[in-house]
Amino acid sequence: MDISIVSLVATLIVAATPILLAATGELIVEKAGVLNLGVEGMMIIGAICGFIAAVNTSSPLMGFVAAAAAGAALSFLFAILTQYLLANQVASGLALTLFGLGLAALLGHSYAGIKPPSSPKMEWGGLADLPVVGPILFNHDLMVYFSILLVIAVWVFLKFTRGGLILRAVGENHDAAHALGYKVVRIRVLAIMFGGACAGLGGAYLSLIRVPQWTEGMTAGAGWIALAIVVFASWKPWRLILGAYLFGGVTILQLNLQANGVDIPVSYLSMAPYLVTIIVLVIMSADRARASLNAPASLGKIFNASH
Amino acid sequence: MKFPKWIILVLAAAVAAYIYISGQSDKDMAEVEGDKTKVGFVYVGPVGDFGWSYEHDQGRQAVEAEFGDKVETMFVESVPEGADSERVMTQMALDGADLIFTTSFGYMDPTINVAKKFPNVKFEHATGYKQADNVSTYSARFYEGRSVIGHIAGHMTESNTIGYIASFPIPEVIRGINSAYIAAKAVNPDVKMKIVWVYTWFDPGKEADAATALIEQGADIIMQHTDSPAAMTIAEEKGILAFGQASDMKQFGPNARLSSIIDDWAPYYIARTKAVMDGTWESTATWDGIKEGMVAIGDFSDKIPADVQASATALKEALSAGTTHSFTGPLNKQDGTPWLAAGETATDFGDDGLAGMNFYVEGVEGDVPQ
Repeated sequence: MDISIVSLVATLIVAATPILLAATGELIVEKAGVLNLGVEGMMIIGAICGFIAAVNTSSPLMGFVAAAAAGAALSFLFAILTQYLLANQVASGLALTLFGLGLAALLGHSYAGIKPPSSPKMEWGGLADLPVVGPILFNHDLMVYFSILLVIAVWVFLKFTRGGLILRAVGENHDAAHALGYKVVRIRVLAIMFGGACAGLGGAYLSLIRVPQWTEGMTAGAGWIALAIVVFASWKPWRLILGAYLFGGVTILQLNLQANGVDIPVSYLSMAPYLVTIIVLVIMSADRARASLNAPASLGKIFNASH
Repeated sequence: MKFPKWIILVLAAAVAAYIYISGQSDKDMAEVEGDKTKVGFVYVGPVGDFGWSYEHDQGRQAVEAEFGDKVETMFVESVPEGADSERVMTQMALDGADLIFTTSFGYMDPTINVAKKFPNVKFEHATGYKQADNVSTYSARFYEGRSVIGHIAGHMTESNTIGYIASFPIPEVIRGINSAYIAAKAVNPDVKMKIVWVYTWFDPGKEADAATALIEQGADIIMQHTDSPAAMTIAEEKGILAFGQASDMKQFGPNARLSSIIDDWAPYYIARTKAVMDGTWESTATWDGIKEGMVAIGDFSDKIPADVQASATALKEALSAGTTHSFTGPLNKQDGTPWLAAGETATDFGDDGLAGMNFYVEGVEGDVPQ
């Protein structure tokens, strides 16, 4: 068998980064007790807005900034609906996905077949020339490192900072947090917008780096996978990396094995990541020890301050 | 309950504006509504995929252009194959569609099921094989196009490795692989084909990953049987060659694109809509190729040497004239058992016919996934 581990890891990371970014954002949203099923919609809006900005400014960085802003803007719509108008979160999230897909198709109408500016790789000096380790660790674009730093930052925020403690309190018991004087709605709106910005970045990674093109509906379900990975990670930031890279890894590995002519049951490997997620979901919902699995206790519940 | 007043005001204004606008357009609709023929289209991908669904939608637009006010078309895009598509078709039938085109293989059984419930609605299912009194089937002989691009690929490959991104292991896809391989092998005995099954029609990310994996494994020409131009973009980026699939795709790979197989559904859609209007519609099975124009070959890139351009054109013309068939013996199946004797050509139907092809020809490596 003739598969280069180095190139395998490189493509695996590229495949995993969009879902890792989106999942990191959704983790914060869910930790604040909000279930936003609109990740797919926010990703595709990020994909097209990032693409438009990058093409018009010739700067991939501006593309990512615009994508984050667009994702956050779209998620603000969800925040208004669910936090101020107290709409059902599941329905609003699904609507957000549909809206995002449609709006992105409209915005991107004249952007098919255009090539975006290519994103520079991170400069690590001589480190990239190291054998094996160099290409695996030190030969990626900036966003790959950013996505991992973001996971670390989220972990530090949730575990060691007062802000993280408050966010978790809001997600665990919004009534108690409210009684303590925390602005539940404001905190949740900020969390939702952070989630939107991250999903937007994930989408832009897809349209600017992974595929470099704009095609309608190009996220093709990546947002749903990001949602599944949050559950798979049982709301622990570190496990997001594991989940996203595992998912990306299985997909890339099976494609490479096929290209290599290895006789493998393709259909089973294709469904493997989804199967694992379903199993985790079934285990989680099967018993009352949900708390031990880290699901925020107020997840998806509507907060209505009564005073 | 407290939330900023301006939000309520903005939302109220938006709702009022929406109601006004939609009321207006309803009024417009009501004024022109007569006894229009309503034609529905169900697409598996987005109309902007610049591949398969895009070309079907071009056909829909041609119907509108041809009949103007006498026709009203509707479409639903990105409809998953399977049960959900039944819901979409049922809704179209309830909305008064007279004719519904369902444009992906996986809509076959759903089409038959819905057609039973609406005997007065005509259905047309693309690329399948199940007919009924009110269900026609239609498809294009894409394999003829695959012969032409296989011929070019056999000449153009330097690594003697062609990468092939396949979608689902159904006869249409397997036929394409075999046809391209036979044509490439005929001009380049050393050619090898590496095949990757992605189990999706449309997922640009995955299609791009598959293209990358094939290039890693030495492919210097990519063919695809998926719907998006992602592989073309990757080929352009990595400096290798590729062919447009279903649509020309030139803008996605100005340097990479050698030629393309272009589906042209417009004449068929116009003819069938006309038949419904005239009341002459009958259940038929159509399978048209280069000759009828349903399969077209895109312009040749300057990268293709003149003699190869000439031989590819000759092959195209011979396929069109019927003097050459993509599957002409002697041909064996992959396991070495004889399939076609010397000079014999494959039949459309029956045992080992093209319509139900589920085996590779001799020389193709790997197994058809079960």
